[in-house]
Amino acid sequence: MKLKMTALVASAATALTLASAPASARDYISIVGSSTVYPFATTVAERFGRSTSHPTPKIESTGSGGGMKLFCAGVGTQNPDITNASRRMKKSEFEQCQQNGVKDIAEVVIGYDGIVVANSAEAKHVDLTLRDLFLALAKEVPNPNGKEELVANPYQTWKDVNPALPNTKIEVLGPPPTSGTRDAFDELAIEGGCKTFPWLKAIKSEDKGRYKAICRSIREDGAYIEAGENDNLIVQKLQKNPAAFGVFGFSYLDQNRGKIQAANVAGNAPTFDTIASGDYPLSRSLYFYVKKAHVGVVPGIEGYVKEFTSEKAWGPDGYLADKGMIPLGDDLRADMGKQARNLTPMTGDELH
Amino acid sequence: MSKTTEQVRQSLAKRYRAEKRFRAFGIASIAFGLLALLLLFTDIIGKGHTAFFEHYIQMEVTFDADTLGIDDATNQDQLNFANYDGVIRNALRERFPQVQSRGQKRELYSLISTGAGYPLRDMLASHPALLGQTRTLWLLADDDVDQYFKADRQGREDSRLTPEQKAWLTSLDDNGQVKKEFNASFFTSGDSREPELAGIWGAVCGSFFTMLVTLLLSFPIGVAAAIYLEEFAPRNRFTDFIEVNINNLAAVPSIIFGLLGLAIFIGLFGMPRSVPLVGGIVLTLMTLPTIIISSRAAIKAVPPSIREAAMGLGASPMQVVLHHVMPLAMPGMLTGAIIGMAQALGETAPLLMIGMVAFIVDVPAGPVDPATVLPVQIYLWADSPEQSFVALTSAAIMVLLAFLIAMNTLAVFLRKRLERRW
Repeated sequence: MKLKMTALVASAATALTLASAPASARDYISIVGSSTVYPFATTVAERFGRSTSHPTPKIESTGSGGGMKLFCAGVGTQNPDITNASRRMKKSEFEQCQQNGVKDIAEVVIGYDGIVVANSAEAKHVDLTLRDLFLALAKEVPNPNGKEELVANPYQTWKDVNPALPNTKIEVLGPPPTSGTRDAFDELAIEGGCKTFPWLKAIKSEDKGRYKAICRSIREDGAYIEAGENDNLIVQKLQKNPAAFGVFGFSYLDQNRGKIQAANVAGNAPTFDTIASGDYPLSRSLYFYVKKAHVGVVPGIEGYVKEFTSEKAWGPDGYLADKGMIPLGDDLRADMGKQARNLTPMTGDELH
Repeated sequence: MSKTTEQVRQSLAKRYRAEKRFRAFGIASIAFGLLALLLLFTDIIGKGHTAFFEHYIQMEVTFDADTLGIDDATNQDQLNFANYDGVIRNALRERFPQVQSRGQKRELYSLISTGAGYPLRDMLASHPALLGQTRTLWLLADDDVDQYFKADRQGREDSRLTPEQKAWLTSLDDNGQVKKEFNASFFTSGDSREPELAGIWGAVCGSFFTMLVTLLLSFPIGVAAAIYLEEFAPRNRFTDFIEVNINNLAAVPSIIFGLLGLAIFIGLFGMPRSVPLVGGIVLTLMTLPTIIISSRAAIKAVPPSIREAAMGLGASPMQVVLHHVMPLAMPGMLTGAIIGMAQALGETAPLLMIGMVAFIVDVPAGPVDPATVLPVQIYLWADSPEQSFVALTSAAIMVLLAFLIAMNTLAVFLRKRLERRW
């Protein structure tokens, strides 16, 4: 009798497996991509699911690069319909897509994200320049005696870097290299500061590889602490340690006002206005990409894009701004909205 | 007195002391373990207990047909798209008529949760006659407002709310228009980006379906493998090799099983991503070694005399196993299965690979609907920027711990109740 039971259970399980094996038509939108865009995309998806008859889209936070890989794997309902990215699609990724039959891809810029350098609200508010950040955090810096040569980063306190800064140990908590935020920080802050030395900038035309190695490397002697992908953790650590600074996305600053304060960078505080206008130097664009071949196959894609690009979502007073996304300027938003609703495909020439 | 007795007497005090020290070490280790557990529970309960309550604000809401933009409250389409936020905003403006500027209005509107309109829809759907009437309703407060009422004095000062918003809230509170209620939606709804709307029911259902698939697959397979290896298989190099491999698999990091699932079930067989079915199969691979090992131990513990007696009475080897060995080994096998399941319930790493780490609002209705599981939900909430998610994370951890404690208690109970000694 026991055997019969076991056989029954086993056959039921097998039947269950077989019945669902064919990847049948999907009736919900599948979205992958950047963890920076995730809080915004999920908000739109939830509203879209609540206010229409379509199921709520499913969103996986895979990181920008991971999302591109899944997105470009091919056409067919087992592959995602949309990927979010906190950087533009690379030419190589576009070609990968083309090779796998993902021909028509529509690009939508949705807004901006700022990267903030912040410390505890109890500590002193500081004003940093890109050069300060480069000198404090790069692996190799120009010799402090003024010679045009590189030495291992000798700076121990912020005061060593710039006499106007407080006399505290350099201690910065930030994301690890797998994070899109870190990529952007390396590119905008460290390289931005590096370029202010003309002789370092000159290396770019001679030897691009060496230039990147100098201008995008972060010191590994303990001054920069990789605090994992969890930005909440960084915020909590900053509250406990007023001497430390943290590097993370603007939305975390926005949600934790009162506990932490952001440093001015190049004379500008990170606010909605300074990030949108580009005056605050550490800002980047956020994107999503739509697979046109899936429009009409998976129901609701057009509706989702329409919801995302509606004024009540991405406008200056929209609900995404409440979540900490910085909206595009009015003209750009109008252009982008039109492009998004028509789902104009990319040619590939605009990428590099 | 002999020399030996003298020696014993001299060393006696020392040996007593050593004995005492030895016990003290044991007690200290247990105390350390308990202290760690206590710290964990205090931290989690301290952070999480607030999430079980949420605040509501009382408003005079008029179901105005023009504002709602509908004329027929029995039409489902109209009900779905009606502007419920509009009537709530009207109610707020009537309560605070002094608010005029656009920025201030925005601040006022943000006091009420964006999800407060859905109950209005349900009310209107069940009582179409409400259209055009005014009712006094309790509306769900926004998470920032909720945080504000839950915070102490210092916390209220640090709140994200503006001074005007705080003044309005004080006015509402003084009029008795704010109340705290048990957060039932936490146990009945799926995930949400708004902390006040987010619940764990979706994740609990996902965990249930995943565990169901895991149990249905891993228990029969595991028990069959254990019985064959223990009762029928010849002892040779090949079975030794299998044994080494099973023990080895039990120690393989779980993420490897996720990679395997991604390559084989999703890549090769084309099964959908993010569904409990695939999650359950992957977790089956992970729990199989645990179940096989514990089932073999349970079978080994059945004394050979029982087998020999059955054989002596003319039972076939299959009858011996099914009628005598298996029923006697069942408590041990079940205990192993429950411990394996408890382990699988807390697993996130392999599910990352097969897409179950995702934002899913709709509560799954079966093993092929996209779903996430409890530990993944905890991970996702811990990573969200809104402060209210800190409490929700801890509350979800409490629920997960409750499930784990229940399962482990069941395992202990089964062992105590059904265990036989020979």
